[in-house]
Amino acid sequence: MVDITFGPEPGKRPDLSNPTEAYIHLARRKRLYGFILLILFVALMASGFKIAQDRNAGDFLSGLHQLGAFPSEVLSEAWKNRANLPALLWQHLPSLIETLNIAAAATLLGGAFGAFLALGSTRHLARFPALTPLFRRTADIMRAIPEIVIALILIFILGGGPVPAVLAIAFHTAGALGKLFSESAENADLKPVEGLTSTGASWGQQIWLGIIPQVAPNWLSYALLRFEINIRASAILGFVGSGGIGYDLKLAMQWGGGKYDQVVAIFALLFCAIVVFDQLSGYARNRLVKGQ
Amino acid sequence: MTSLPHPSYTTVQRQFKTRRRAAFAILVLLLIYLGYLFVSFDIPGLAARAKMDNARILLSDFVAYKTHVTRDNRSDKTTVSIEGEAKATYTPAQYPDWVNVTADTTTIDLGQGHIVTYDAKGARYSVPGYGLIDIQPDGGKLKLTAPQPLPDWINATDTRISVTTPQGRFAYSRSKVETFKYQPGWALFFFTLDSPFYGKSYGQLTAMLTGPRIDPARSNAGYMASEFWHNKQWHHGDVAWALFETVLMAFLGTMGAALVALPLAFLAASNFTPIRTLRFAFRRLFDFVRGVDGLIWTIILARAFGPGPMTGALAILITDSGTFGKTFSEALENIDEKQVEGIRSTGAGPLQRARFGVLPQIAPILLSQVLYYLESNTRSATVIGAIVGGGIGLLLTQAIITQKDWEDVAYYMILIVLMVMAMDSFSGWLRRKLIGR
Repeated sequence: MVDITFGPEPGKRPDLSNPTEAYIHLARRKRLYGFILLILFVALMASGFKIAQDRNAGDFLSGLHQLGAFPSEVLSEAWKNRANLPALLWQHLPSLIETLNIAAAATLLGGAFGAFLALGSTRHLARFPALTPLFRRTADIMRAIPEIVIALILIFILGGGPVPAVLAIAFHTAGALGKLFSESAENADLKPVEGLTSTGASWGQQIWLGIIPQVAPNWLSYALLRFEINIRASAILGFVGSGGIGYDLKLAMQWGGGKYDQVVAIFALLFCAIVVFDQLSGYARNRLVKGQ
Repeated sequence: MTSLPHPSYTTVQRQFKTRRRAAFAILVLLLIYLGYLFVSFDIPGLAARAKMDNARILLSDFVAYKTHVTRDNRSDKTTVSIEGEAKATYTPAQYPDWVNVTADTTTIDLGQGHIVTYDAKGARYSVPGYGLIDIQPDGGKLKLTAPQPLPDWINATDTRISVTTPQGRFAYSRSKVETFKYQPGWALFFFTLDSPFYGKSYGQLTAMLTGPRIDPARSNAGYMASEFWHNKQWHHGDVAWALFETVLMAFLGTMGAALVALPLAFLAASNFTPIRTLRFAFRRLFDFVRGVDGLIWTIILARAFGPGPMTGALAILITDSGTFGKTFSEALENIDEKQVEGIRSTGAGPLQRARFGVLPQIAPILLSQVLYYLESNTRSATVIGAIVGGGIGLLLTQAIITQKDWEDVAYYMILIVLMVMAMDSFSGWLRRKLIGR
């Protein structure tokens, strides 16, 4: 109360009679805070790294020498058997296609459910405005569950194969896309919806004709970005037990020496697929969003 | 304004038709693709492969536990234990009130009038509305006396008889007789059976906080915390460490990647590096690192550094330095040159220009990127942990592989979701504090 009536204590007030002094004082204090933050950050990084290294099987410096050992062993063996590579690439192509299919199916499924969540959680657009918090929390929780959790449980129930991976990735995708979709739907112009309402259009028609055409480029671009991410996720899930190229990689790795030409073929396929789809989707996204 | 000219009307009509046709074509293509997936993923075969029993076990184990009451038919010894585990065996003084063990008779009350009795002659199970199931060993075989015809929830052979009711399960074989009672909840979550705090109510525990010391060496509160932390069934301490390790992997990986990518991004931005080939080389390097993908980096690094959280952190670091390098260099190319000019006019060198002219402009973009990745990498660290053997991801995969500790799986899942959501709100809070939006 004293503060409000009489202002802060005189000593704490910046001395405005000498602005240069005041500025330098402020700048110095800011720099000091920045410095303390930096020290804190460096200390956190260093101690974190120390803890991580202590709990690791091998330590950083001795591992650094061996960093090249495994790739060079793999590459030299693959080079010796380079004649096999074209055949191996061809042999693993179906698995790559399966990985891509898993990512595509998960993106389609997750995108559809994400759109449903987004429409339910966007103010002004929701069919039942009272339920928007429920839809939002649902999307938040779906986004928070890592794919591997659902994938491992579904593998236990459904057995291996692509379906657990699709469902697991789609689950996470629905949450992630639901949030992004809802953000872009929030910015949509409501005038078309008003126009449609005046003609007596139903809620479905309002959304389909008034909102979807506006948000479609953005939604498609988000879905494409998600597709890129999902290709990687589907490769990783393959490695922990569902189908696709990740599973082939795991089998080849478990075999160890003697199958390194396979490992190289799989690495190459995966690398090319990721780069190609990144480029394609980057190009498509640019066209969609910027209209170039 | 009365009516539109005729030609434009037909043009619009034609456009509408083309669009409708295009939309229809996309829909058809999508349906064909879905049909192809349906065949290629073998969806019809899914029903045959699915093991719904597993789903039932999993769901009931998520929220319930079972207590085994076992009598060894050779030594005549009766034990009561949770999930049949040796380290969760009740001492006779601790027996739950639904088990009554005397010298030669054990009575188990499964609830709803279901009573199981073990005695010297054999064992019997009284099922209300059906009758008495009596089993007596007769030579090498088991003799079953029960109302005929036998219902399908009784499974009887000469050597093994099992009964499954909604109240529990009962199995008699030559070597032992077992009864399983299912109860909701997670057993021994706070204290194990050998702990002095086991089976106390919250009120009793609060009273014990200030009561006389159980262990003279330490206070009751400390003892209680230690008993909880070192719980032999749930390993809360180890789980907390694993969660910390996962967050640590995400933190080290993300921040390390940002630190590595920032200077490199200057080399890939056209307004800072006039040399085309150098720029090109760095851009391709970023693309390469991103393209190789976390999975492959993880495998390569695991070979060099062995399993553990540092390997996971380095895998995240390498993968994301590619991503950060790309986005940071794009941000650098979009800065306002005027501020840099202003700093240059004071005679500042390149480092000072970068620090005072460039960094303040890109800091918000960098921070929001880094914080977004911090949250997303917490999830990745769970997956990477499962591969490199560190953090909560490892615990989760191990618990799932044993295929019986589903209550642990549920526990870990809940913790993972809470961890990711906490990181999400933490990074959002930090972003608001630092950038103001």
